[in-house]
Amino acid sequence: MIVAERKTIPELVEILRPHKKILVLGCGTCVTVCLSGGEREVSIISSALRIASRVQDLNFEIDELTIERQCDNIFIEQAAEPIRKADAVLSTACGAGVQAIAERFPEKPVYAGLNTTFLGILEERGVWTEKCAACGACILHKYGGICPITRCAKRMLNGPCGGSREDRCEVRADRPCAWQLIYKRLKDINQLERLKEMEPAKNWNPSLSGGPRMLIREDHRV
Amino acid sequence: MNTGNSEPKIVAFCCHYCAYAAADLAGSGRLQYPPNIRIIRSPCTGRLEINFFMKAFEAGADGVLVAGCEEGSCHFKDGNYLAKGRVNTTRQLLQEAGLEPERLRMVNVSAAGSQTFVEYVRDMVETITKLGPARHQKTTAKEQQGAIR
Repeated sequence: MIVAERKTIPELVEILRPHKKILVLGCGTCVTVCLSGGEREVSIISSALRIASRVQDLNFEIDELTIERQCDNIFIEQAAEPIRKADAVLSTACGAGVQAIAERFPEKPVYAGLNTTFLGILEERGVWTEKCAACGACILHKYGGICPITRCAKRMLNGPCGGSREDRCEVRADRPCAWQLIYKRLKDINQLERLKEMEPAKNWNPSLSGGPRMLIREDHRV
Repeated sequence: MNTGNSEPKIVAFCCHYCAYAAADLAGSGRLQYPPNIRIIRSPCTGRLEINFFMKAFEAGADGVLVAGCEEGSCHFKDGNYLAKGRVNTTRQLLQEAGLEPERLRMVNVSAAGSQTFVEYVRDMVETITKLGPARHQKTTAKEQQGAIR
């Protein structure tokens, strides 16, 4: 899922300061699951903004709405009327959702309420960790399903850096060394032989180097 | 909630299994405490969400007291620990929004702790009185319609 974090209330107040009628628009998908931009968080952010508005005499009029998914026109349609009535929209979706709303309503200022941070999973209650860098050329099959690009702080492709302590990463002692995990996993699935293959320097062309990426599926187009 | 009065208004979320019983016992034992608090009974402090506290402030409360079971003795195992985290997060949010974080406080009381409960209430009222009315209490007419009284 896409993981995001709330911007601070003073940051949001600065972003919204020129406007009066503000719609705080939540997204019911990834950011709901990572507890940063769903219905509950929209309510919390809206309350905090109303309080901040009164403290600073800003006269914000805050409305709240959460739709199923902000990156899909079908769902955006449900928010059309409240968006039209508002002077500005504070979207608590990921960066994709914010831009989808902005594209759909070209006359309306649309701001991001969150900082979109990474693609990850819920590791334990209240803890999300990054698992995928969306590099565009997946090499997970070579490393026992553990991504050295995302989970090794130095993105080492041919073995550990040598700086790890026990099974801890040298860069972040609170995280495990990805290469320790890769070795253990490959051993468990009897694929240690894979480590003898040299991996050439990664080709980053499928990543962000060529500008924004697109996926075109001819089999789904008319 | 009437914000025209200078007496502080405090919403107290009390757990059914401890603080609410303690407040009840305080009443039975004729223990006196300031009438500034409005008690809301909760099945467990773990039921309380961040937006419950925020809504209380939004509706004009000067302070919010969360009273749960003593640590380690939650009827639902870890509800009071959940509440502790939510209270701390809300205190941070209040500060960001421009209110003093001291306006929200969590205390732990046993069902037999009527005297402790009374002391916590007195202390909370004293803190909020010193802080004065919350600075955000200028409400619009529309908002006043939905406010707690």
